[in-house]
Amino acid sequence: MRPLLQVENIAKFYGARIGCTDVSFDLYPGEVMGIVGESGSGKSTLLNCLAGHLTPDHGAVRFDTRAEGLRDTITMSEPERRMLGRTDWAFVHQHARDGLRMNVSAGGNVGERLMAVNARHYGDIRAEAIDWLGRVEITEDRIDDRPTAFSGGMQQRLQIARNLVTGPRLVFMDEPTGGLDVSVQARLLDLLRGLVREMNLSAIIVTHDLAVVRLLADRLMVMKDGHVIETGLTDQVLDDPQHAYTQLLVSSVLQV
Amino acid sequence: MISVENVTKSFVLHNQGAAEIPVMAGASLQVDPGECVALVGASGAGKSTLMRMIYGNYLTASGRIMVGDVDVASAAPREIIQLRRNTLGYVSQFLRVVPRVSTLDVVAEPLLLTGTGVDAARAQAELLLTRLNIPQRLWQLSPTTFSGGEQQRVNIARGFAFRYPALLLDEPTASLDPANRATVLAMIAEAKARGAAIIGIFHDHAARDEICDRQFDVTTYTPGLAA
Amino acid sequence: MSDYNFAYLDEQTKRMIRRAILKGLAIPGYQVPFASREMPMPYGWGTGGVQVSAAVLTPDDTFKVIDQGADDTTNAVSIRRFFQKTAGVAVTEATAEASVIQTRHRIPEQDLRADQILVYQVPIPEPLRFLEPSEVETRKMHALEEYGLMHVKLYEDISQHGDIATAYAYPVKVEGRYVMDPSPIPKFDNPKLEMAGIQLFGAGREQRIYAIPPYTQVVSLDFDDYPFQPTKADHACDLCGAEESYLDELIMDDAGGRMFMCSDTDYCATRRKQGHVGAQGVPYKEDAA
Repeated sequence: MRPLLQVENIAKFYGARIGCTDVSFDLYPGEVMGIVGESGSGKSTLLNCLAGHLTPDHGAVRFDTRAEGLRDTITMSEPERRMLGRTDWAFVHQHARDGLRMNVSAGGNVGERLMAVNARHYGDIRAEAIDWLGRVEITEDRIDDRPTAFSGGMQQRLQIARNLVTGPRLVFMDEPTGGLDVSVQARLLDLLRGLVREMNLSAIIVTHDLAVVRLLADRLMVMKDGHVIETGLTDQVLDDPQHAYTQLLVSSVLQV
Repeated sequence: MISVENVTKSFVLHNQGAAEIPVMAGASLQVDPGECVALVGASGAGKSTLMRMIYGNYLTASGRIMVGDVDVASAAPREIIQLRRNTLGYVSQFLRVVPRVSTLDVVAEPLLLTGTGVDAARAQAELLLTRLNIPQRLWQLSPTTFSGGEQQRVNIARGFAFRYPALLLDEPTASLDPANRATVLAMIAEAKARGAAIIGIFHDHAARDEICDRQFDVTTYTPGLAA
Repeated sequence: MSDYNFAYLDEQTKRMIRRAILKGLAIPGYQVPFASREMPMPYGWGTGGVQVSAAVLTPDDTFKVIDQGADDTTNAVSIRRFFQKTAGVAVTEATAEASVIQTRHRIPEQDLRADQILVYQVPIPEPLRFLEPSEVETRKMHALEEYGLMHVKLYEDISQHGDIATAYAYPVKVEGRYVMDPSPIPKFDNPKLEMAGIQLFGAGREQRIYAIPPYTQVVSLDFDDYPFQPTKADHACDLCGAEESYLDELIMDDAGGRMFMCSDTDYCATRRKQGHVGAQGVPYKEDAA
């Protein structure tokens, strides 16, 4: 099997300060990788480098494109990268406001990606939007409301629907469950697990919530001060952490 | 099917003065298809540790752990994920699932992961839940709200839904009433009969003697405990 | 002649504008930035159109100005007088006689010929602006042909009104490439954007010029199940009886009395001269009006 994403020696510096450095890994189709670490550990910088929002100073991010196989997304042309961004890639922002058009209805938000890839049948677009809203527990009668009329949790669910509607192959998520009710968080985790299974979806999830990665991620990467300090199977890293920092992280979680 | 060769394990507690606690040294164990081996030894001797090492949940410091043709001690995460999906089942003592997912789907998930269709997977899950006396009215509920015994049975149903060639059972009969205990033992026997290699931990000695072909005393390999 | 340079603007400025016009014609629908000048009229009164007209006028031209189809509104009259004074060109109200027509919000009913130029006044040239506030982003979207957002606007229309309610400034795709705002003309006029004449669009405040060369393909955006429909009031003109022209509605009294008449005053007058009479009209007399 060929990796969907090959990350090689990614480094990003902010002046003299390290954003992240020496990051390499392969992600295979259907794999979900979690990236955990405290604020400032470089996990969001890394995610933005991978997703093409930041240009890293070193390294390569190779994506297995449908047409031409592995391509370095850092050196590919901007149109190609943006095309990936609205077809095979999805990015779920921590703050729904960053990932939604707040002055467009929920249905329009979900439909945008479909229309961006030339869906031109209103009825079909709307039906698809209704289906996806349902999957994230937004009832059909809210389809014409704007996200400004939604709660924070609903906005986040809408953002996820908007991102997944085109059936991307790789989803980047930055603290996706951060602002959600616990019950909604669980439903979303289940939704994402189901999608991973059904669509052979791969995902990279940045979070500080170890419970989320345990349920969602196959693999885990622990970051501190811009460096990857530990990687492995999620349950192995959490149950048998090797690095001092990981041990501290795991032992600091409040039990319920 | 399962071959543990000269494995070593220690824990280093960095946050407690980097104390190094050796927990296993030089353990070797072979389990063939159709065989059931019980791990025995005093509490804290490392039964669960060895089982977790075989499952890839704990890292192995040295030695080999072959399950089929995969060396768990050195395999990449995705190889272990594949192994867990297709070859190696594990019934732990605790049920860890996504909240709000129905019991039926929890049990069906291993089948869905291995390519069984949704309807067939649910049908198989229903059979198992029926056999393990989980009332039908609970099937659509999340097992997180169930009693300990019910959770344990859901966990077993999930562990036996897919016919893994190798199975790890951690206290499968704990907290079960006699009728359900008998059912679980019958299921283990059936798994043996179809050729599964099984490693189990049983505090229930009667069950252990009934179902296991031999015992493996981990105490022998526990540094500081060995006689 | 007057003390002004021909058509008010200095020659260098007109050359600069002509270069923008030529570039616009070469890339149909593309918004060409230009160094818009201060004109002796406020923004929103046609400063973009006036600069374009100034750049294309020659002493031999005959100039016509319409505002919402009418030759006799303040805006139309003052711009017409402006060029009478600064360029000394002949002016007319007859569409057929004009060689340059500056317009606000309409395309004349009568088909234009290949030797005619239509100059539009444009308030907001960017069709994507409604949904994307960033100019950097909209320019990138044009460059990369990322036009999904345009359909989001139409989607919003249908979801809120049951139909595409955008009635003017209806977005079009030019020659299969650039999505363009046709200025706030009624969508009734959209099919006429494919014409024999040259169409130039000037946005003074936004400093953009764009163009549609003759016989260029101009497609109004729509959905498969909600096709584009040019609409007009379901009436005939009450003055001239025309059934195919775009109509203005006039409230006549407080008792619900209404009147529909052609928004294109020249078209209506021409028909009345030819003897057409509408439901509330009277036969045309030369000395009336």
